[in-house]
Amino acid sequence: MKRINLLLATSAAVSLAAGSAFAADMANEMTIVSWGGAYSASQLNAYHNPYSEKTGVKIINDESSPEAVAKLRAMKEANNLTWDLVDVEAADAIRLCDEGLAMEIDADTQLADAPDGTKAKDDFGDLMVSDCFIPQIVFSTTFGYRKDMVPAGTEPPTGACDVFDLQKYPGKRALNKQPVANMEWALLCDGVAYEDVYDTLETDEGVARAFAKLDTIKDQTIWWTASAQPVQLLADGEIFMGSAYNGRLFAMIEEQKQPVGMAWDWQMFDIDGWVVPAGLPEDRLARVMDYLYFATDTQRLADQAKYISYGPARKSSAPLVGKHATLGIEMAPHMPTDPNNAKHTFVNNYTWWADYRDDLDAKFQAWLAN
Amino acid sequence: MTEATTQPGRVLAADGTPLKRSLARALRMQKIRALMLVAPLLIFVLVTFIAPIADMLFRSIENQVVKDTIPRTVEALDSWDPHSTELPPEAVFAALQADLVEAVDQKTHTRLGSRLNYEYSGAASLLRKTGRGVEKMKAPYQEAFLKVDKDWGDLELWRTLYIYSPAYTNGYFLNAVDLKKGIDGPEARPENEQIYILLFKRTMFMSLVITFSCIMLGYPVAWILANIRARTANLLMILVLLPFWTSLLVRTSAWKVMLQQEGVINETLVWLGLVADNDRLILINNQFGTIVAMTHILLPFMILPMYSVMKTIPPSYLRAAKSLGATNWTAFWRVYFPQSVPGIGAGSILVFILAIGYYITPEIVGGTDGTFISNRIAYHISKSLNWGLGAALGAILLGAVLLLYYVYDKIVGIDNVKLGG
Repeated sequence: MKRINLLLATSAAVSLAAGSAFAADMANEMTIVSWGGAYSASQLNAYHNPYSEKTGVKIINDESSPEAVAKLRAMKEANNLTWDLVDVEAADAIRLCDEGLAMEIDADTQLADAPDGTKAKDDFGDLMVSDCFIPQIVFSTTFGYRKDMVPAGTEPPTGACDVFDLQKYPGKRALNKQPVANMEWALLCDGVAYEDVYDTLETDEGVARAFAKLDTIKDQTIWWTASAQPVQLLADGEIFMGSAYNGRLFAMIEEQKQPVGMAWDWQMFDIDGWVVPAGLPEDRLARVMDYLYFATDTQRLADQAKYISYGPARKSSAPLVGKHATLGIEMAPHMPTDPNNAKHTFVNNYTWWADYRDDLDAKFQAWLAN
Repeated sequence: MTEATTQPGRVLAADGTPLKRSLARALRMQKIRALMLVAPLLIFVLVTFIAPIADMLFRSIENQVVKDTIPRTVEALDSWDPHSTELPPEAVFAALQADLVEAVDQKTHTRLGSRLNYEYSGAASLLRKTGRGVEKMKAPYQEAFLKVDKDWGDLELWRTLYIYSPAYTNGYFLNAVDLKKGIDGPEARPENEQIYILLFKRTMFMSLVITFSCIMLGYPVAWILANIRARTANLLMILVLLPFWTSLLVRTSAWKVMLQQEGVINETLVWLGLVADNDRLILINNQFGTIVAMTHILLPFMILPMYSVMKTIPPSYLRAAKSLGATNWTAFWRVYFPQSVPGIGAGSILVFILAIGYYITPEIVGGTDGTFISNRIAYHISKSLNWGLGAALGAILLGAVLLLYYVYDKIVGIDNVKLGG
């Protein structure tokens, strides 16, 4: 008995010492890179502020995510890593992981379990598209349309395929100036079965078929490059319908009360999440992992949905999604993952795009230019 | 007897050393002092400007990643004939296995994958996938590799590996001019992938149009500024400089508001009845929009050098010409204009060189046919991470500008350029 007590006491002392040594070895400041705007604000409210309150750590917000891939590489080459955690899209995470610029993370041991004890890897499920990537939110590229420009006596558009129907819905369209999503929609709306889309795109005939479909609306399309553009074009009445990120459309419809409706069918799912730059010094790495454990748990991910209409990446977070923090409306129906919105969804095949992006991008740009 | 008399023709300084040497020493001291004075700037320019550019340009030929990641394979592959219709021998596969085991250990195999993926779509995931089980592979290796993925049996993949195994390559430059590095030298790219030559031509053409519009619009303004009362000129000068001080993005966005179909110009035209409501003019998201916006943005760079040159042309010359019987036009064309050419030259070089590298404005208002080569360079630097291709495109652009500068020097003469009086 005595011996057991002694053993317990020692182990407690050791773990206590280890614990305090651990805390002392963590950096007191961290730079987190994200996208800015409403999205950064939602992270600030859901993650950064609670974490700072809990630990007293100062979090510096850098809004460089749009050029994160190139900057991380430049930092690595200059051997001067100033970022601790970076918010990127899944496709970029794969690239960063391949280039050895992001660190591999074992979700099961380094991230929190779900409240019911499910391991993190199972909780995130298919969304963990790369060993370096910790998913945060699911967003979608979907369509918004001007309600006041729907021709009289016509049903309003319901989804991506209506963008190709110039007879029924005349007027300008806006699409993202990149092959991703547009090529898939073109094939899908041309009658290719969902499961055959990527196989078809691997062939020259498939690519030609997609471009032929896009050709039918080419001279009616404005191509956007920044996510604020399609929303602005809709607000100005420059276009009848356009693809945009669902969170931007939500803000436009619910916060700014613009006469715009959503056409959810065949929305393109995409994931956004964290990567940790490879080669962080130990104290900063310890701090980042501590932050990640906190910021990617079930409750925190559900909290973020109070501030922006993007779905939490953990399955266990979904039931916890509540009302919008300031508007007071129920957020669940505005999530891309809501069953009413997700009748037909398209899941972006990141690994496929990582392989074919360069090739198809060259073809896409050549198609655009000619 | 003094030395001077023994060596006739040598003049001595006061301290007895030959004057020539003494003078050279004094001059050398002066040169060193001058060099010391400019040294901070020189070093600054070298470190922050020349070195990074040289480093970036070097990437356009550098290709060490293949050789560094799979050295044994590269060596073994050397004896393989890329024209043959047979896969490389077992020894190559064995070498590849050994190389990949090491590469996986250092996590460099995926870097090789992304490098090869620029030339062979699918290489990225092929290497990622192969890396997972490569350690457990057993001989015969060819079979083992083919079992992981049948792409290892694709001759094109092996040819790509063969072509890109040297440490230096001209492959990026060939890609940058719509060609492809093949086993027998450059090959043409399929037509649906050709884009860069078109963009280079368009960039040159549009920059020339923009430069020309700036001359046409800027010349009268500079003339007025140089020939009115100083106080009014200063006031007008603020109007020229005001857009100069406004953010580029704000100016570009303002043009969007002006030119779009529901924009100010179209609204006014519809209101005046000049344009039908359902047939509004398309003024933006095309070449026209880019030219308008960029001409506006670059105009001050044209007006300022022109103004400072015109300021130095004495008005009495024009009066003299007229008093000698010249018409207004002759006096302007034969007397005033030739003297203002150095200003036009300086302005044109500034505007043209700035225009050729512009990318924010074409990105925002360029649509599909108004984008420049710099938009592609930006894409390769920040999105695809294909810095080699980006560097090659940049090097070609730099070469083109230097060539044009040379031609300009031959035709107009670079001495005939003035930024001020």
